[in-house]
Amino acid sequence: MRATLLRLEGLTKAYPGVVANDDVSFQIAEGQVHALLGENGAGKSTLVKMIYGLVQPDKGQMTLRGQPFAPSQPSEARRNGVAMVFQHFSLFDALDVAENVALGMENPPPLRDLAARIRSVSEEYGLPLDPSRLVGELSAGERQRVEIVRCLLQEPKLLIMDEPTSVLTPQEVEILFRTLRQLSAEGTAILYISHKLEEIRALCDEATILRGGKKVATCDPRQKSASELAELMVGQVLTPPEKPPRPMGDVVLQVENLSLRSNNPFGTSLKDISFSLRAGEVLGIAGVAGNGQDELLLMLSGELLAPSAQVTLKGLPVGHLGPNARRQIGLASAPEERLGHAAAPDMSLTENALLSGVARKGLARRGFIDWPGTERFAQEVITRFDVRTPGTHVLARALSGGNLQKFVIGREIELNPDVIVVNQPTWGVDASAAATIRQALLDLAGKGAGVVVISQDLDELLEVADSFAALNEGRLSRVRPAKGLTVEEIGLMMGGAGDMHVAHEASA
Amino acid sequence: MILGSINPAVLMAALMVAATPLLLAAIGELVVEKSGVLNLGVEGMMIMGAVTGFMIAVNTGSPLVGFVGAALGGMVLALLFAFLTQALMTNHVASGLALTLFGLGLSALLGQKYVGITPPRTPKLDLGPLSDIPFLGRALFSHDIVVYLTIALVAAVWWFLKYSRAGMILRAVGENHDAAHALGYHVKRVRVLAILFGGACAGLGGAYLSLIRVTQWTEGMTVGAGWIALALVVFASWRPWRAMAGAYLFGGIVVLQLNLQAAGVRIPVEYLSMSPYLITILVLVLISSGKARGSLNAPGSLNRPFHASS
Repeated sequence: MRATLLRLEGLTKAYPGVVANDDVSFQIAEGQVHALLGENGAGKSTLVKMIYGLVQPDKGQMTLRGQPFAPSQPSEARRNGVAMVFQHFSLFDALDVAENVALGMENPPPLRDLAARIRSVSEEYGLPLDPSRLVGELSAGERQRVEIVRCLLQEPKLLIMDEPTSVLTPQEVEILFRTLRQLSAEGTAILYISHKLEEIRALCDEATILRGGKKVATCDPRQKSASELAELMVGQVLTPPEKPPRPMGDVVLQVENLSLRSNNPFGTSLKDISFSLRAGEVLGIAGVAGNGQDELLLMLSGELLAPSAQVTLKGLPVGHLGPNARRQIGLASAPEERLGHAAAPDMSLTENALLSGVARKGLARRGFIDWPGTERFAQEVITRFDVRTPGTHVLARALSGGNLQKFVIGREIELNPDVIVVNQPTWGVDASAAATIRQALLDLAGKGAGVVVISQDLDELLEVADSFAALNEGRLSRVRPAKGLTVEEIGLMMGGAGDMHVAHEASA
Repeated sequence: MILGSINPAVLMAALMVAATPLLLAAIGELVVEKSGVLNLGVEGMMIMGAVTGFMIAVNTGSPLVGFVGAALGGMVLALLFAFLTQALMTNHVASGLALTLFGLGLSALLGQKYVGITPPRTPKLDLGPLSDIPFLGRALFSHDIVVYLTIALVAAVWWFLKYSRAGMILRAVGENHDAAHALGYHVKRVRVLAILFGGACAGLGGAYLSLIRVTQWTEGMTVGAGWIALALVVFASWRPWRAMAGAYLFGGIVVLQLNLQAAGVRIPVEYLSMSPYLITILVLVLISSGKARGSLNAPGSLNRPFHASS
């Protein structure tokens, strides 16, 4: 039995209206890989923020190697050997790698020496990194390396990782796991936060499961099946969405050889994109964040205009048309960013329903808004998609992420479009809401609409998609039938090698 | 030949004097914006500096004390802005505009009794033989100390932002305040300090106008210099040396049009007085049309309110 590194006893933290953590206790041994498992909103983030000194607990205490440990700010936690790799929010695009690393250190050496140390540490752990590059130019995987190297330079005793694999390809995940196992063998404990059960079963020695802010179990994840873990995490049995067989109709959406510059200086331009989508088909597009997903959605929704003949919708050239014109013809879309892109945060649900509903639902006549009709439309969306809200007058920003996501996707589905394009439809949404959203997309396809799902969640894509493609640096791989694809093949497609792999098979 | 009556050395010397107040205000605002705050109150802080510096210099007889007072005057107004935007979370743009209007009004009230008075003279810095060099001596080495200190300040700000750890933290806060907060930096503290520095610089710029360039106090005497300083920061794409180049370019146009008017060029005076502003607009358009370059350097969190939601 290894010595205990960190012991948490009865940690409690309440925010107005919600108890984020309620009497949570567990311990982490030196060199142990400990999983913290739970749904969004289960209190994982608050818990690690307390360990990292960003939040102070209301009750309870922590001990680190037998000493009382109550960090009042992150620098204190860092001095005690606790380091954290954030899910997002912790890198600076306009600063270079060395500067980003220096900002996360207590006493950084001069930048020139630091660059040399970054090189040596990144080679030692198999995470190649150039210290002089701007972070804004790096891929998601490389950005994560910056964060990990930043932590490793401080030789932490405890490394906290918040959902580290959500932005990685399967191959990159393998590299990360190798690094983590090496660290664990060297005696560094790792607190690994995730909701991906297979990963936890592959990597972790022990798992603590949180639900609704309370600890429900501590167990050895290798002794449990994934569905047992899922039940502990969700508290109910989940049914995977039904996918009834359905006939494919005519081509409803076609994109031909389209190249388009990104409107964002750090964005990815689309390069020679071609695909076609048939009525009733669900096309899944995989890819690591930042490989052109946002641009692809903007191009399809009409926010980025293209030469008119290169995008055709039901046979009509629509490349030059804006979002509302495309909606009228029958293309609805829901972008990834809920607040500020899919919904206006400071407007009520009724007003938000109007913003996209007006194009197809006849909610405005001669420039005047039909408020009762809009209200009914918003109420329909809320009822049908089980959006938990006191009413239609509530501001969009007051809804939780999952509820708002159900609302914005439901709003587009209620328009009965012929084509719907969604980006990250279940990002940050709890498992039961995610299941509702996926089922709704499949039902829409069952009624004969073409569906494009852009997502970084491979399990989700394999669950819903009939055909499959991957984005890599703005290029779209060949579209292949989803049936029979292995995760390894998908990983290669996401890395841009999908077609090479096929060529290799063909020549063999 | 009309242009022959303009002496290039005198023109150059006048250019440096015309550029100095703009440069002071711009370099302060540059630091403020690098920390992610857009303070549109530069004009108000400048005129407050102009009036407090003038009053203190007249009453103490020392221009130096006047300049110190001007910096404090600008800082007091900046502190108000910092309180509004950082503590009460008010909108930056509206607060900045209010600050300008408030500064203009308050300075007019404070300065009522000082109209028509001449302030104590600020001596030229004695640079010995340097000032006797033909042309260069007149153009570059016959100024008061503030002109040279301003250039030193630009160098210091450049060094601070590029090489110091504090400067790196300031840029980090401006680039992504959520990330800076997550790493444990005090976003608000950094921003308040930056705002105060900006206020002090704007105050000094205002005092340079009232004590050296114009040598008298009149109501509303900054006539838009604060706005030009704001434009210069964008013009410079948030780089200190470019801000200096911009200030000198702008100062040059101002001086040149005055000289052209004096030389009797047959163009209506209004066109000439418009020219610096037209050229500013033109340059801004040219810069922002090169989308990638100009906007890349803009602080990522500029003018985004920061809520510490931990």
